[in-house]
Parts: sequence; C-alpha cells; structure tokens
Amino acid sequence: MGNREIKIALTGNPNVGKTTLFNALTGSRQHVGNWPGVTVEKKSGRVSYKGYDIEVIDLPGTYSLTAYSIDEIVARDFIIEEKPDIVIQVVDASNLERNLYLTTQLMELGSQLLIVLNMCDIAEDRGDRLYLDKMEELLATPVIKTVATQKKGICDLLDKVIEQKELEQHHGHEIGYGSEIEEKILEIEKVLSEDEGRDRRYPLRWLSIRLLEGDSNVRAKVAKSPVYENVMAIIESIDQEEYEAEIADKRYLAINTILPQMCTRANETLTKSDMVDRVLTNKYLGIPIFLALMWGAFELTFAFATPFMDMIDIAMSWISEQVSSSLRPDWLASLVGDGIIGGVGAVLVFVPNIFILFFLLSLLEGSGYLARAAFIMDKLMYKIGMHGKSFIPMLMGFGCNVPAIMAARSIEDEKDRLITILVVPFVSCGARLPIYILFAGTFFGRQAGTVIFAMYILGILIAILSAKLLRETVIKGKPAPFIMELPPYRVPTLSTSLIHMWDNGFMYIKKAGTIILVGVVIIWALASFPWGVEYGSEDSYVGILGHAVEPLLEPLGFDWKISVALIFGLVAKEIVVASLGVLYGAGDKSEALSERLMADPGITTLSSLSLMAFSLLYMPCVATVGVIRKETGSWKWTIFAVIYGIAVAWTMAFIIFQGGSLLGY
Amino acid sequence: MQDIQEITLDTLKPGEKAEITKVRVKGSARRKLFDMGMVAGAEIELVRNAPLGDPMDYRIKGYHLSIRKEEARQIFIHKV
Repeated sequence: MGNREIKIALTGNPNVGKTTLFNALTGSRQHVGNWPGVTVEKKSGRVSYKGYDIEVIDLPGTYSLTAYSIDEIVARDFIIEEKPDIVIQVVDASNLERNLYLTTQLMELGSQLLIVLNMCDIAEDRGDRLYLDKMEELLATPVIKTVATQKKGICDLLDKVIEQKELEQHHGHEIGYGSEIEEKILEIEKVLSEDEGRDRRYPLRWLSIRLLEGDSNVRAKVAKSPVYENVMAIIESIDQEEYEAEIADKRYLAINTILPQMCTRANETLTKSDMVDRVLTNKYLGIPIFLALMWGAFELTFAFATPFMDMIDIAMSWISEQVSSSLRPDWLASLVGDGIIGGVGAVLVFVPNIFILFFLLSLLEGSGYLARAAFIMDKLMYKIGMHGKSFIPMLMGFGCNVPAIMAARSIEDEKDRLITILVVPFVSCGARLPIYILFAGTFFGRQAGTVIFAMYILGILIAILSAKLLRETVIKGKPAPFIMELPPYRVPTLSTSLIHMWDNGFMYIKKAGTIILVGVVIIWALASFPWGVEYGSEDSYVGILGHAVEPLLEPLGFDWKISVALIFGLVAKEIVVASLGVLYGAGDKSEALSERLMADPGITTLSSLSLMAFSLLYMPCVATVGVIRKETGSWKWTIFAVIYGIAVAWTMAFIIFQGGSLLGY
Repeated sequence: MQDIQEITLDTLKPGEKAEITKVRVKGSARRKLFDMGMVAGAEIELVRNAPLGDPMDYRIKGYHLSIRKEEARQIFIHKV
C-alpha cells in the first residue's frame, strides 16, 4: 500500500463553474477559512474515493497568475509552496482561448496539471466541436470532460486524478517566447542559479519570466538574494513595457497556433445570453430594470425574513422571561436574561435577513447579473470616487451592514474595497428603522414618513461625501480601472447558492457568538453595577457614564437618558428603543413610551431629529465593528471607522440642533 | 500608415470591429488588459455602451470584456 493521500488544487478563471465542481466533488465535507494574513477566502474539502483520501483546495478564481491581485498571488504561492500532487484547471469549454492563457502560466509553475473541460454541453449545443485527444497531445496534459452542474464526469475526473498520482511522472510543456526574450530568460536563470541559498521550490524559468514582466511580488521575493543587483542590472537594460506586451502576445500566439486543431467553433451567432443582454443592459431599459430588480430583491428579503424575525423575537423574549423567573441569584438571571439573551437576541434577529441577502447575492452572482450591476452603475460610482463593484455592497447595507461589508470582498483593489467598507456603515440598515419610527412617529405626526425617508437620504449623502472626502485625504487616488468580464447569463445552481448562504450566514452567527457577546457583557456590567442598583438606572455605571458624557452630547440636545440609550446602542441599534423603554419605565409598550417621551420636556421635536441623525451615523453595532476588523485585517482602520462615524454623527447632530435652535425651531 | 495609429478604441461605434495595434495603458491596468486578451493583433468589437454611456462592452476572444473609455482612449486600433 502506497501513500493513499492525494492533495489537489482547483484553479481556473472566474465564472467557469469552479465552485460548482468543488461542491460536486466535496459535497458537504467542506471547510471555509481564510488564507493566512490576507482576507481571501480559503475553501477546502475532502473526498474519499476508491480507497484514496483526496483533499481538494479551491484556489481563488483568476484569469492570470501575475501579481495584479491578492487572489493571484495566493493561488500561485500555494501551487509553488505547498506543491499539491495535482493542479486541476477548470476550463470553460465554450471559451477556450482566454482560459488557456492561464494554462500557459500554470505550465510554467512546474506542477502536474490536469485540465477539466467544463460546460461542454453549452459549447456542444452551440455547435462547437472539441477534439479531446488532440488537446491532450498538444497540451501534454490529461483532459477530462465534465458538466459540473449535472455532476457529470466527476468519477472520470477522480479516476484520472488517481491514475496521474500513481504515474508520478511529470508532463511538461512550455511556451517559447522568441529568441530575444529567451536569451534574457537564460541570462537571468544563470544569475539566479548562482545563489546557492535560493528557495528551490521556485522554478528558475518562471522567476526569470516574471522578473522580465516586472512582477513586483517576485521582485520582492528575490530582493534578499545576493545576486539581486546582477538580476536588476539585466532587468534595467530592457524596455520592460515592451517585454510585458511581447510575453503576453507570445502566449496568445501559442494558443492561437494550436487552438484550431483542438476545436472548431460554430459560426458566431447571437447567443441567448447576448439577447438577454440586449434587454438588460439596454440604453433605455437597463436602468429601470436594474432598479426594479433591486427593489424586488429588497421586498423579497423583508417578505421572507419578517416571519422568521418575529419568531426569533418571540422565542428570545420567552427564553429571557423563563431565565429571569427561574435563575437564581438575581444577578445571574439579569446577566443571562437582560444581558446575554437580550443583546445576542437583538443581533440574532437579523440572521434571517442576512441569510436571505447572501442567498440573493449568490443568485445574482451565479446568474451573471452582478457583473452587469457593476457595469450599469460604474459611471455614477466613479463620479463619487468609487468603483462600480461597490454599488451592490452599499445597496445590501440597507438590509444589514454586516453582509454588506463582507460582500465588499468582490472588489479587487484594496483602496476601493477599504473605502466601501468605511462608508457602508452610513447606509441606514434595518435595525435603525425602529428608532426613526419611534421618534418620527412621536414628534412628527403626519410628516413621519417624510422624516424617515429623509434619514435614508441623509445616510446616502453622508456615504457619498465620505467617499469623496476619503479620496481627497487618507485614501488618495482614483478608483481602479474597470476591467471586468461580463460573463454569459446562466441559470444559477441552487445548491451553490445555498452553500454560499450557509457559509456566510454561519460566519455571522459565529461573530454573534464571540465579539457581540463580549460587548453585551460589558454593557450589562455597566448597567448592573454598582451592586444593588436597578438595571440601567441613573445610579448604575451606565447612568453615571450617561451623566459623564452628557456635557458632550448636550449641544446636540441629548440628556443623560438619551446618552445612556445611545451607549446601549453601541451593541446594536434596536437596543436603543428597548433601553429607552426601561429608562422611561414604559417596558415593552411603544405607545406608553411614546407618551412619556412626549411628556418629557428634555426632548423636543428638534432634539428628536438630531437624535435620529445621530443614531443613523454613529457606530452601527458591535457586529459591524467586528466585521470591519475582520475584513480590513487592521485595528487601525477599525478604530478609524468607529471614531470617524462618531465624529460625523456628532457634527451632523450639532448642525441640526444648533442650526434649528438658531432658526427658532 | 500614420493615420492608422491615430484611431483609438473609444472611437469605435456599436457593431464595428477593429484590430488592436498597440496598448498604451500604463501601470497595473496594462498587465490586466494583456491578461484579458487585449494584445496586438486581437480582433475587437464594440457591442454597446453601458446605459449611462460608460463603461463599454466589447467582444474580444469570444467573450465580453468591459472597460472604461479612459482606458479605451489609450488603446490603438485599425478598423477592419
């Protein structure tokens, strides 16, 4: 019995069905994590087949293996450093030319390659003819046909994986770049080989080509080498931009030379996807359809989520009551009941929302419409210093900021992504609505609807202005170029969307279990101590804290009670209303609370407006802070986001209250 | 031959085809464009503009690639 472990890596262009194949291979035996040090998602899974234990690692989908994005660096470093037994490239059979560009680069990495021709059905239905034998011969690589959406060809693929593993022989096929470039490659190889202490996992030819192409990541890798100066001398002697163009030319040339022997393409006719695009990205219809779809997605989110949210709410209050009445001593009952269950419950209420948002996002992505949304909105977004891809995350923010910030992962450029993450919290999420409803309803009567709408608009304006401001100051520069494939429209696979929903929704729940819990316990302790005070009362630490920050918030029209409610609101916005209920002794009844707020001379129409604006703009909730930390990977930016939000909120509320007072309101 | 160099990709009208002659885009976008198949000699067709006029939807190497006019202005073509 030999080694029965096989490690395979899945690679390929985006939109070729790689994730679907990964799901088909591994089923539910998946693990989602992060690549060390970066925020790129790492998915791995296992499959047992014919006595082999096969580990499958899903590498990020990339068009190339340059250092253009973190995804590309992650993928190539894994292949070189971890040396998987077999690297499987998933290829879209209906778009061979561009897909094979990645193949030419994979070959240079010196790994055992296996090509999976996916979506053969689409290509063949169209009338393309694919010659597998010829392809295997010309690429010197085994080729397997699959239709991952129907789980066709999975066993063939696994058989081939085992066969290749047992062969242990290395196929190799490399592209020639013409005598001038080849000479330079040899020169650099020679210089590099003089360094005895070099990392031998990296093929010399690959390093040399990358250096000629001006790859900054590879340059950094050899920077410590004693021969670095000599290498750079060669690099500086060439016209790098010309070499860059020439090398890409040669790769495509090589593909074009062999392509006609591997497949014949049907005459180009208008595909179904092209026809769909004629409508969906139409000059006149494109935007109305886009708005209608987005509106529909929101209706759907709330329509589906509301019954579940109500159920969670009821269940949580029931559990809280049970705990309060049965747990002894009282402080423990309060910690568990008021603190943990109350706080975590407030956050868990949003789980249905989040699941549905992720599900819809995945459907949009799988159908190919997500790319069109970026395509349609890019011009507008560009004007405010953002990328077209930032639009969908911002839109999701209206549902919940947490999945919105997670959705910003699809933005490749670090700066574009960071700006999106920093401005999403200003988008008014569902949790802020109860605050508007309470105060607008109490103080604005018939104008309540207009005031609530104005809050949403204010959030959008602040987000836009913040994006512009950040572009002028801390995150200088223009949005990254828009270079994006508009993939063919496809029917999204349900299982892929469900898995996506579960993975991301579960990540949220895990967050709810950690960072939110910590926040909740801190707030509970502040509300319950010193020993013996009434929960959240004036004498508790949170009351004292409320009094302490009162001078800071007084210019905004807030007294200590409002200050306390806002401190509670740091955990989650829906706690603001609940804690006001406690502070005003109104319990859960919103009518009673409304009356008591009206009766309180400390709160005026103007200060209620100021309060709504403040609630909209200051730190949304601990979950958002947690996810900002996770997605930026930086405490610095997380703290910046929190302080910036509070500063903006304070300024806006100040303008409203003081301005309004001056005008005589 | 001179006037051939003068035409840039952004001047293409929907439905028109051209051949790429030179990519003058600088920086990381240059690499990315090459990777996506925007190399000299490649045939390219403008399919349509986005509803707001920019970016553009091009067909190249059998798929749809979208770029902004800003980059298209730095890509030289000759019409076929």
